[in-house]
Amino acid sequence: MSTFKRTLRDVGALGAAMVAVGASFGAISIAYGLPTWAPIAMSTVVFAGGSQFLAAGLLAAGNPIAAVLAGLLLNARHLPFGLTIASTIGGRWRDRLVGSHIMTDEAVAFALAERDPVQRRRIYWLVGTTLFITWNVGTILGVLLGGATGDPDAFGLDAAFPAALIALILPSLRDRVTRLVALAGAVIAVGLTPVLPAGLPVLCALFGLLVLLFPRRFLHGRGGAGPEPAASSADAGASTGSTGSSAATGSSAVDDAGAVTSQATAASAATGSSAATGSSAATGWSAATGWSAVAGSSAEETRC
Amino acid sequence: MTLWLAIIAVAAGSFALKAAGPALLGDRELPPWSVGVIALLAPALLAALIVVEVLGRRWADLDWTVPVALAAVVVARLLKVPMLLAVLIGVLTAAALRALTG
Repeated sequence: MSTFKRTLRDVGALGAAMVAVGASFGAISIAYGLPTWAPIAMSTVVFAGGSQFLAAGLLAAGNPIAAVLAGLLLNARHLPFGLTIASTIGGRWRDRLVGSHIMTDEAVAFALAERDPVQRRRIYWLVGTTLFITWNVGTILGVLLGGATGDPDAFGLDAAFPAALIALILPSLRDRVTRLVALAGAVIAVGLTPVLPAGLPVLCALFGLLVLLFPRRFLHGRGGAGPEPAASSADAGASTGSTGSSAATGSSAVDDAGAVTSQATAASAATGSSAATGSSAATGWSAATGWSAVAGSSAEETRC
Repeated sequence: MTLWLAIIAVAAGSFALKAAGPALLGDRELPPWSVGVIALLAPALLAALIVVEVLGRRWADLDWTVPVALAAVVVARLLKVPMLLAVLIGVLTAAALRALTG
């Protein structure tokens, strides 16, 4: 139960940070010259931090079509997140609809850090609703603040969004494989930024997962002491490809995402086939890498 | 009017992306190994989002105070400063540097 209390505190801290980031979104939108209602409407009906920033910038630049495409491309990551978290959200239609709307990187991260399904469900809903409320409160504060002060950049508010993102992913970067994938993704995005329309470079960062194809000695350092992602992805590699593509119906943005994702997973499946099998490694690896580390280390931090 | 349409389009599309999984899968589980691969998607995308956000479109919007502020955030987090405080440190660093350098 003490774990749950720690999670509560972490969620509280995250919620407070989201007020600050929401405020930066509201203030920046006003500084861009968007009408007052626009950022507030976006925070309520879109509810996705990254794409809101991106879309607001492009809307202000007078490019609504690019804003829609970029916003959706950046949000394409919610497709695989939704597939992962579906069983946590629950089967009832009301839950599926509301649970989908409040889906965020953070809610998925916190929920996946929890093993017990009942607890996982509680945490998902707790984080999701907390962040929905704090994000919207922050946006309104930011709109008021931005209207009052004129230049949010003078207060450093534009730094709040990347600062929150970096604070969020930092713990997961302790894992070597995650660090390599993130680094590769960032390099790819930076390289493609001058040549591709906004939104696409970020999505192309998924090709960073191709580093999973590198030799295991490189991925895990010299001793090879780390857990083995390759083995875990060996057995079921083929089935993800099919989930990915069957889910990718409808708009072209979704199609793109499906293609990129299934390519990335195919890559990891290929690594798997060259390695020894051992499905017991699967849970160990997924617990050790990535997002689960976020909640894990912030729990660690509150303990200190 | 265009603004309304654009916001509604982003909202509807985002919702479709978020809801596809829960709507199709219901409460069935994905195989556990895929959770590991999906866990890697977010750090890759978010790391890219950070650098693109900081560099700006066409690398043109780079404001040197932002990377310095982000470095302050990283140091703060490594020193186990809580999340909100770390973000505030970043914001204040950027503000202070801008105030000092005009």
